[in-house]
Amino acid sequence: MSALLAVEGLRVERGGTTVLDLPRLEVAAGSVLALIGPNGSGKTTLLKTLAGLLAPASGTLSFQGAPLGRDYRRRVTMVFQAPLLFDTTVRANLEAGLKLHGVEGAERRARVEEVAGRFGVAGLLDRSARNLSGGEAQRTSLARAFALRPELLFLDEPFAALDPPAREALLDDLAQALRATRTTTVLATHDQGEALCLADAIAVMHEGRVLQWGTPQDVFNRPADAFVAGFVGMETILAGRVSAVTPGEFQVETGGRILVVPGVATLGDEARLGVRPENVTLSAHAEGPTSARNRFPGTVTRIVPRGPFFKVDLDCGFDLSAHVTPTSLEELALAPGSRVEASFKATAVHVFRS
Amino acid sequence: MELIWEGIRKAFELLRTLDAEVLGITLFTLKVSLLATLVSLVLGIGTGTVLALAAFPGRRLAISLVNTGMGLPPVVVGLFLTILLWRNGPLGGLDLLYTPSAIILAQTVIATPIIAGISLSTLQQLPPDLRLQILSLGATRLQMLWLLLREARLPLLAAVMAGFGGVISEVGASLMVGGNIKGSTRVLTTATVMEAGRGNFDLAIALGVILLALTFAVNAVLTHLQQRERPR
Repeated sequence: MSALLAVEGLRVERGGTTVLDLPRLEVAAGSVLALIGPNGSGKTTLLKTLAGLLAPASGTLSFQGAPLGRDYRRRVTMVFQAPLLFDTTVRANLEAGLKLHGVEGAERRARVEEVAGRFGVAGLLDRSARNLSGGEAQRTSLARAFALRPELLFLDEPFAALDPPAREALLDDLAQALRATRTTTVLATHDQGEALCLADAIAVMHEGRVLQWGTPQDVFNRPADAFVAGFVGMETILAGRVSAVTPGEFQVETGGRILVVPGVATLGDEARLGVRPENVTLSAHAEGPTSARNRFPGTVTRIVPRGPFFKVDLDCGFDLSAHVTPTSLEELALAPGSRVEASFKATAVHVFRS
Repeated sequence: MELIWEGIRKAFELLRTLDAEVLGITLFTLKVSLLATLVSLVLGIGTGTVLALAAFPGRRLAISLVNTGMGLPPVVVGLFLTILLWRNGPLGGLDLLYTPSAIILAQTVIATPIIAGISLSTLQQLPPDLRLQILSLGATRLQMLWLLLREARLPLLAAVMAGFGGVISEVGASLMVGGNIKGSTRVLTTATVMEAGRGNFDLAIALGVILLALTFAVNAVLTHLQQRERPR
């Protein structure tokens, strides 16, 4: 994949102080890059800068290999954390961007229908935007952006203000829309679950800097520093392909091993799974039967003290981490290089995407 | 009390018989104040927009001046304009003193800061990111301004009402720069003052009632426009 948008030596200042300092960042064509980080880490500033809405103090931005042209702002669009709808009907809101782009007549009507259907606001078209719930308003805002068929889409915490059910539903619809349209997207979020559901690449931000930029597996399994590790939590992220489907569960192949996972999936699909280390049990080789469906022999690669327990990193053909108590550590005589068997229940596997 | 009822009766009498002079004064007043409001609308919204959105040195001072201007005493405006327009004054060559244009000018000076001040605060109350949102939907700067003003249309109508109310009711400036010349620069307020001064209370009250009715009618139209769009 080639870089659709590339950033080099970017620095943004506000009131004389540097609020964003970014040596390099790229967004691959057709991919979703998630900017994750706590509030105030510079995600919104970065998005606005990338969207051409904020002038950097220095640095270069290139789109399709060339410096940003005059038409750049019309080829990309941004959805803000607040829906920022116009005080008119939902339909007129969906048409607003299209009118500015000079899309007329039947084409405009068709695009409005399409995005209204995609984001579930087809029944609200003649309603005033003032009378929408938070979820409906954010759906309208997203639909308005998708109606423009942008070459590059910037999303700033589009779910932050929503209650959990509205958030879940919109997350599904957005994931579907992004996959169906293959829209290159940069998404800011402080929620790692959202990032794992949507993103192909993740950049972790803190105090105006990108601390780590890579695939979700990289970032989650091999955090670059203590801040990233703390922020992304300690879930093991696995990426693989659905290799078998049975009623109620499916199998995912990763690193030559087969994991059993509950849920529904399509054969051959890409799957992204998470396993929390506290759900992984370590035992000596050839121990008796357990109820755990997933059992893998592995080699200890690293042991890290984490307060009252130890985090043991394993190579089982794929990366896996387990939490063990000091007692177990001693009983199993664990050290880097030792062979153990790791097991976890099928229900301990969290499916982010399949 | 008798006096008031007599005045009101006389007012309707004057209106019913379409008294030429009263009708003339009424239409003239309406024309002058609407024109002044219209000019102020353009200048006021322009000024308010620049002050709300642009960043330049002296902006804070300019905003303070506009806010002060919202309470400009008409008599002071009249005084300064009279000095400026006086035959030997700096603008004396324009020959505007004691003409309808002078009244429109004075009323524009009064209404512009009112409309500018309300436009300014209205635009500042819109979400700051709305501007960026509009730009990122593909708008040019000019289209962005237009869409922002459209978002602020209801409070801007209130600004129009405040401006119109300010100028149709003022007497000091119109009297000083207009001169209350019969058939030329006499408006409802100056005529009211004159009739009351002469002791013609019935006529003064009649003019006052017409002024009230006029203000009410114009505001009713604007209010209707505004409330039609109210959230249901």
